[in-house]
Amino acid sequence: MIEGAKWRRWVFFYMPLGSFIFWLLFPFYWMLVTSVRPDRELYRPWMAPNYTPFWTAHPTLEHITDLLTGTLFVRWMVNTLFIACVSTLISLFCGVLAGYALSRLKFRFAGALGAGIFITYLVPQTLLFIPLADIIRKFQLGDTPWALILTYPTFLIPFCTWLLMGYFKAIPRELEECARIDGATRWKAMLYIIMPIAVPGILSAGIFAFTLSWNEYIYALVFLSSAEQKTVSVGVTSELVRGDVFYWGELMAGALLGSIPIAVIYSFFVEHYVAGLTGSVKG
Amino acid sequence: MARVLIRNLNKKYDEVHAVKGVNLEIRDREFVVLVGPSGCGKTTTLRMVAGLESITSGDILIGETVVNNLPPMDRDIAMVFQNYALYPHMSVRDNMAFGLKMRKFARPEIDRRVRDAADILGIQNLLQRKPRQLSGGQRQRVALGRAIVRNPQVFLFDEPLSNLDATLRVQMRVELKKLHDRLGTTAIYVTHDQVEAMTLGDRVVVMRDGLVQQVGEPLDLYNEPANRFVAGFIGSPGMNFASIRVADEGGALHAVGDGIRLKLPPEVAVRLKAYTGRDVTLGVRPEDLRVASGEAPNGLDLDAVVEVIERLGSQILLDVKVGGGSMVAAVEPTVRAKVREQLRLALNPDRLHFFDSQTEAAI
Amino acid sequence: MAVSDLVSQNAFAGVRRRGVATRLLEDERWLAAALLAPTAILLGLFIAYPFAEGVWLSVIDARVGVPGHFVGLANFVALWNDSIFRVAVWNTFVYTAVATVFKLGLGLWLALLINRNFRGKAFTRAFILLPFIIPTVLSTFAWKWMFDPTFSVINWTLFHLGVIHARINWLGDPGLALFSVIIVNVWRGVPFFAISLLAGLQTINPELQEAAAIDGARAWQRFRHVTWPLLLPVTMVVMLFSIIQTFADFQLVYVLTGGGPANATQLFATYAYQIGVGTGLLSQGAAISLAMFPFLLIVVVVQLLYIRRVEVH
Repeated sequence: MIEGAKWRRWVFFYMPLGSFIFWLLFPFYWMLVTSVRPDRELYRPWMAPNYTPFWTAHPTLEHITDLLTGTLFVRWMVNTLFIACVSTLISLFCGVLAGYALSRLKFRFAGALGAGIFITYLVPQTLLFIPLADIIRKFQLGDTPWALILTYPTFLIPFCTWLLMGYFKAIPRELEECARIDGATRWKAMLYIIMPIAVPGILSAGIFAFTLSWNEYIYALVFLSSAEQKTVSVGVTSELVRGDVFYWGELMAGALLGSIPIAVIYSFFVEHYVAGLTGSVKG
Repeated sequence: MARVLIRNLNKKYDEVHAVKGVNLEIRDREFVVLVGPSGCGKTTTLRMVAGLESITSGDILIGETVVNNLPPMDRDIAMVFQNYALYPHMSVRDNMAFGLKMRKFARPEIDRRVRDAADILGIQNLLQRKPRQLSGGQRQRVALGRAIVRNPQVFLFDEPLSNLDATLRVQMRVELKKLHDRLGTTAIYVTHDQVEAMTLGDRVVVMRDGLVQQVGEPLDLYNEPANRFVAGFIGSPGMNFASIRVADEGGALHAVGDGIRLKLPPEVAVRLKAYTGRDVTLGVRPEDLRVASGEAPNGLDLDAVVEVIERLGSQILLDVKVGGGSMVAAVEPTVRAKVREQLRLALNPDRLHFFDSQTEAAI
Repeated sequence: MAVSDLVSQNAFAGVRRRGVATRLLEDERWLAAALLAPTAILLGLFIAYPFAEGVWLSVIDARVGVPGHFVGLANFVALWNDSIFRVAVWNTFVYTAVATVFKLGLGLWLALLINRNFRGKAFTRAFILLPFIIPTVLSTFAWKWMFDPTFSVINWTLFHLGVIHARINWLGDPGLALFSVIIVNVWRGVPFFAISLLAGLQTINPELQEAAAIDGARAWQRFRHVTWPLLLPVTMVVMLFSIIQTFADFQLVYVLTGGGPANATQLFATYAYQIGVGTGLLSQGAAISLAMFPFLLIVVVVQLLYIRRVEVH
């Protein structure tokens, strides 16, 4: 705590912190309020007096029900869930194996490959999306979830590998050596000894990968065209705008509901998130 | 026959030649200790026997089989690590059973072996616990148990007691010795602690810079060190060394050095005859120096000034200055001495060691 | 319980015969190859191959449905002469530079605030990560609603506080749009900086601060001479990721303004999308995307060199 007079604490701590928290969280609050605010209140001009801007006296569920019944929102959620789960599994599989190989095996190109994987993590999706669209079309994966399931690992695997390398490095070498003397092959030692110990790391990587897939936009935008195939991010931002008219109530409801799975996972695994974040930075 | 034969073993890491042409035979049921300072190659040698390091050249045989290219799991060995290497996510029982499970033993057999090993080590009531719930000494026992259940041909120990506190270390040393007496399995033990080497080994191998300095029973190493390094390494406090010149004075050989003038007895003179006129290194153990109070000088004593007195209870260590150099004398606890007091220290003629100044070999 | 039982039984009946696969996988190099194969295939197929194809696309003149012929650097020359492209380049640099400076400053401030012990610290830390965790597009849409020219809640508040008298067209005013977009980017990025820097702060031994305080250093000096240098490695890594992400940003700007008004918020990525996907001029779009690469490379190399130098110390 800041020592000294109480006013110092208020000026230098509570107020700045409070302002930060308010600024960071207000948009979510606004999302929530807008989702339950009836249309007649939503579309009143901004300067009108007698306006309860920060809450509503007549909350309604009509936007949410419209969203769930009148649009393909549920379908989008299912799509996104499917894509995120499968890409996460693929990326974890590749990332665990690659992370183990790079951190615990000695072979000639270990350094170069590690650097290579790091470099691919830095290649942004916006650099590759045009030629990738072409390739996806060539493989006839266009407009299917597989276009995303196969391309998401390109940014998920490097991240998972890097994160897991850190976890693997922390496991003492003697455990494997002892297992190998006890009678295990290298492969079995990896499976029975190293993997179980690395479970927290694998969990962190998985949660982060899931979040990153859920969050991806440009590949989903470019590779998917028909409305039924879209993910939540793309669907909410494209299909809920008819002509020039923004259906803000449904839009905000969509944004809110689309964020909920991530927020729920987050609330259960906060520590793992933070570990994943800081692990990738300290790498 | 579970003997281990190491033939001309070499290990090179890029430019570093860690193990240089080691030849060693460990007989069946023998407990051999590899001892030496850090970096001497003892651990590397052990790991090559285990199969954890590749061999640059040379052979290793376990029993009659050349094991150079066999993976660790096929060598029928067990190893106890310095950090115990217990699998943290498994219970003690599962830790001990792991090796047997990997070799596809039947369940009742595994249970029986685990139970027997636990009885021998006194850890029966720890079987359900996880390693993090155990003390250092208990973990060490579990590591031993894990090795015992496998009933291997050879036990390998990599500084297993280094992580224990002093009291526990002494206790475990005794237990290890009893265990070896009981089981009789061939064992190779690596340590940097010469006390462990002396108390545990049937034979001790002193290594330095990748080379074997001397192999022999503990007392042989103590009484007849092959070179200056072994002489200084074995025994605590370490041997005192002084540079002296072998001078022929009036027909009798004398050892003359800084503050030192000794008339060499005949049996010693014979050994040093060839070095007349040259410099050699004199070695005397602290326990072979006696305070000669009240006796007439006999040509085999040193004049010393007391600098520091360390009273240990069972003995007194006198740090003295002899001429320009320092020495340590380990004397009876009844000796009275005062700092800055002048003493005469008597040497035992049977306990003088001499070493060539260049080769450092014993003369 | 007989000891002799344990000793006499020897289950080791000679060396087991091992299959070829097992023996092969015992070798570190083969095992490594096997473990890295899936990754290598996926990354090769969906990063290396598209990258090569992207380079190829940029030196031909392909369009959707029309295969192209080799034109050398014609696409890049055309871009250089394209005023919109130049505006996009300028915008991207401004966007990245300003946003990063603010993210670093505010993130650091927030990290320093949270680094103290106070009630509800765990909750606070959990809540402030939300902007980073929630899908960007969705939270960006909330900002779009908050910036809406007619219904903006921000305008309402400012008006009713007497700060403004006419509405602010956050996203529609060419002079203001880039600034508004930067605000949203900073909003999203501050948590990442804050949490990462917080982790970095927590690894700094508090005794160092205490020693400095005893030596007579005041708060600002302690920060400058003790905290900041020790935080530098983490800061550089965080900045590396952030700069690359921001430079190549697409989602935020696309959702908020689509690149307008009048190209005021056009960035590399949005322009590439507009040209490549919007109008189907594949090669030119690819060229725009690729034009990002030299700048990114320089940023990466500079930062990596800096990080290596800082870590060696």
